[in-house]
Order: sequence, then structure tokens, then C-alpha cells
Amino acid sequence: MALLFFFVFIAITLGITYWAARRTRTTEHFYAAGRSISARQNGFALAGDYMSAASFLGIAGLVSTTGFDGLIYSTGWLVGWPVVLFLIAEPLRNLGKYTFADVVALRLSAVPVRIAAALGTLATVVFYLIAQMVGAGSLIRLLFDIPFEAAVVITGAAMIVYVLFGGMLATTWVQIVKAGLLLGGATLLGGLVLARFSFDPTALFAAAAAQYGDAVLAPGKLVSSPLEAISLGMALMFGTAGLPHILMRFYTVPEARAARTSVFYATGLIGYFYLMTFVLGFGAMVLVGPEAIRAADAGGNMAAPLLAELLGGTPFLGFISAVAFATILAVVAGLTLSGAAALSHDLWVNVVRGGRSESDEELRVARYATVGLGVLAVALGVSLEGQNVAFMVALAFALAASANFPALVLAIFWPRLSTAGAVASMLTGTLSTLLLIWLSPTIQVDVLKHAAAWFPLKNPALVTIPLSFAVGILGSLLWPEPAAEARYRALARQMHLGHEGE
Amino acid sequence: MSERDAVLAQLAARRARIAGALTAAVMVLYFGFILLIAYAKPLLATQLRPGLSLGILLGALVIVISWALTWGYVRWANRHYDPALDELRK
Repeated sequence: MALLFFFVFIAITLGITYWAARRTRTTEHFYAAGRSISARQNGFALAGDYMSAASFLGIAGLVSTTGFDGLIYSTGWLVGWPVVLFLIAEPLRNLGKYTFADVVALRLSAVPVRIAAALGTLATVVFYLIAQMVGAGSLIRLLFDIPFEAAVVITGAAMIVYVLFGGMLATTWVQIVKAGLLLGGATLLGGLVLARFSFDPTALFAAAAAQYGDAVLAPGKLVSSPLEAISLGMALMFGTAGLPHILMRFYTVPEARAARTSVFYATGLIGYFYLMTFVLGFGAMVLVGPEAIRAADAGGNMAAPLLAELLGGTPFLGFISAVAFATILAVVAGLTLSGAAALSHDLWVNVVRGGRSESDEELRVARYATVGLGVLAVALGVSLEGQNVAFMVALAFALAASANFPALVLAIFWPRLSTAGAVASMLTGTLSTLLLIWLSPTIQVDVLKHAAAWFPLKNPALVTIPLSFAVGILGSLLWPEPAAEARYRALARQMHLGHEGE
Repeated sequence: MSERDAVLAQLAARRARIAGALTAAVMVLYFGFILLIAYAKPLLATQLRPGLSLGILLGALVIVISWALTWGYVRWANRHYDPALDELRK
């Protein structure tokens, strides 16, 4: 039954890809879907690009086994979206073309800025991809009873096909279908839970408290160190505004106004979904029970599927499992496309070719890059079987928040940003995040089993974000670039009014 | 600087102020919530009615208010920022 839904989803998305492939002729189509996506479509696609299986199965599992503590994640994954809207979306759309590096490089020296930005992008994309691929392998094995390696290869192959042939148009529609499935599935599951409590969520929470004690409705052990919680919170909040695959989506809409409206839609959809995780998590706790959930999977990932099986039988379990698979595919396709854009648009065209390249050649290189990244993701996914890679999602957010976000904000709002400052900020963000993660308890204690770690925080964002800002400002003041400052004044019109004549 | 440039600079400064204030608001909202979790655990455990702890209510409010802030910004931009830009385009 589950396999049936699985194949139906694959068939539908391959149909979309075939349709999109016939409309993907130029780089503008491949990277930006011809800038033809409407604000509402982009809102759904952003939600589909962003909500990973970790947030669907992971948070539901966390809430069902720990109660309130899981909800801390539900809020953390959402609060970056207002920041995307207020600081980034519109200027990004008006100043750039395909990647966020376009915006930073616009008034600075292209070559060093593009190299540094591509490094930050690729580091973010690769770590996020590894986390998704390994997660996909384990989940698909659990849900569909397919071997780990085969599951990773199927995921990688589907992702490569969508991006390679259908580019951004296919990726967008896979993300829209996924968002619809995920929101519909969560609504249906949540509705079935609430129907047992006369549609009163507080009655559900009260039932959880009656069975497992009032403590499940109150903060527990998760936030024992405030600094740790703030550091993770900063990574989630500012990382969302620096994720390359999210930023790239703003180039798919016709103009800045649509970019703005699409974030409003996306925030509403994602917020609604995370509110539903309250119901799904406590519903699984009360109806399935934490012991049964932990018995099925120690990480709690089976909470939502088990709840679906209990409430709707095998067909509903199959549907929810297919939704989880769709969720993974939509995210990895977006990630791969943004990585391919960094390799082709930023590195090949603007560094190797010095900005002079035919559209045909850029498209060809982007397709090679897609296959290369896809094969790399599959190889890393297969080789890391059984490793705990959950921390890599938090690492990807920390990288995005430290390497990409500060340079982007400075480029948009600070006239005096110079090439030296921007490059120093992006390199410092990337390298300091990687170094501090390596020295953190996450690697030293959890992975390498050492007794202690050099750096006390599991997530380094509390240190690395301010550091990247400071280095960017200091570098710009030490090596000023009056010509870049003059170009900022000249670009003021474009930042607000957009590309003239578009 | 022409008159147009001056109008644009003023508009840019206004948008930056609003964007900055709203970003600060969402940071206070979320990090305030985290600090309450860290330092006021018993307070958040208080149940306003059976099943509804203050912590759960505030968690839901963080999500709802975040969305309301994006709504507020979009409303301002549609009513004031866009018409001002249209003036400049003429």
C-alpha cells in the first residue's frame, strides 16, 4: 500500500518534469523558472523547499516523547521567516539575478567575492544534503522496507532527474505538490486526532497531562543552558535568511512585490504547519504512547506514521509515508539546484570565464554540476549509513547564518562594505563555523567519544554570527573602497525600483 | 543630488527603519520566549485552564505574532512603499 502511493508520487513528479523540461531552454528558465512563478505559487514552493522531514517526523516525534520541549523547535523553525521578509527578500530580487552572490558582488570585485560566496554556499548545501540523504535512507527503509543503499540511490536519482531536465520549473512544482500533500496530510491527521477530543486542543493536552503528568506541558531539560538555546535560536533565525536554496526562490517571481507577498504566504503556511505539530505530537503521545513510539524508532521518527496507522489504517500509513518521501525529495532538489547555480553561475561563468560566457555553455555546466552534486550526495549518504548526522542540519543553518547572512545584510544596508570586508566576512563565517563545530561537544563528545570538548557550545552561531559581522565591518574600514561606496549610491534606485525595463 | 534622489533616499531610510524595528520585534519575541523557558520554568508550567499551560500558549503566540508581523509589513509596503515607488517611476 505504501509502495503504491510512493510510485504514484514518483509518476506524477516525473510527469511534471517532462512538462517542465520542454519549457527549460535558457539559464533564466533553468535557474529561475523564467521568473514566471506567482506570489502564491512561490509561497507554497518556499514552504515545500523549507519544511524537511526533520520538521514533520522529527518534531512530532520529539513532542510525543518529551512534550513541551519539542515545541521549542516548532517556534525556532518559523521565526527566521519574518527576518527574510524584512531584510532580504525584496532587495535580493531587485539587485540579483540567480544567486545571493549576485547581490554581494554587484558593486565589489566579482572574482574574490564570488569565490568566497560559492564556498559558503557549497558548504551549506553539502552538509544539508548529507543530513537529508542519510535521513532519507533511514526513513525510507523504515517506512517502505527498502534497503538503505537502495533508498539513498532512489532519492538521489529522482532528485537528479527533476533538476537536470526540469530545472527550477520542475523543482518548483515538486515543492508545491509536496507542500500541498504535507499540509493536507497534517490537517487530516490533526483533524482525526482532534475529533476524539471534541475539537478542543486543550482537552488533548489535558489528556496528555492526565496520563503522563503535568510536566509534559512545561519546559523540561532541553533548555538547561540559556546560552546554548540562544545560540541554536540564532542559527535557526538568521540561517533561514541565509539558506541558498531559499534565497534562490525569490528570483523565480516577476518582481519584488511578488517576492514580498510570497514570504507572507510561506510564513502563514509554515506557521500553520508548526501549530499542527503541537496537535500531532501530543496526539501521538496520548493515542500511541511514548513507549510504542520509541520501540519503533529510538529517534521518535515513527510517531506521525504510527498515529496515521492507528487512526486511518494501512492506507493512511501509506499516504503519510509517501508524504514524508515527497518532503525529502522537494528539499534535496532545491538544495541541488542552488549548489549547481553556485558552481556554474558564480564559479564557472563569473570566475573562470570572467563573466563572459554563452547562456548555452552556462546551462551545460549547470547540468554537469547537478549530476556531480547528486552523485556526491548519494556517495556521502551511502558511506555515512548509521552515523548520527542530525547535527548537520543545525550545522548547515549555522553556516548559512554566519557565512552568507552577514555579508548579504551588509551588502544591502551598508554603503561602506568593501571587497576586502565582504570576502573576509564570508570566509571567516565559513571557517570559524566549521572549526568551532569540530571543537564542540557535538563532534568531540558525541561522535569522537572524548570526555570533554574545547568549545562549550553545541551550536557556534552565538559566536560566529557576531564575528562575521565584526570582521566584515573591520575589513571594510581598514581597506576602504570609495568606488564601491559610490556604486552603492548609484544602485539605490535599482534596490527599490528593480531592474529597469524588466 | 536631484529632488528625486532625495525622495528616494528618504524612502530608503524609512523602509530601513521599519525593517529594523520589525526585525528587533521578532528577536525580542523569540529570544524573550527562550529566556522565559530558561529562567521561568515554574511560571510557564502554570495552567491557565486544564491542559493549557502558559508555555504552550506563549509558544503558539510566538508563531501567530511572527506571522502577524509579516502581515503588518506587507500592509505597510502595499499602502505606502509601493505608491511612493510608483511616484518615483513616473
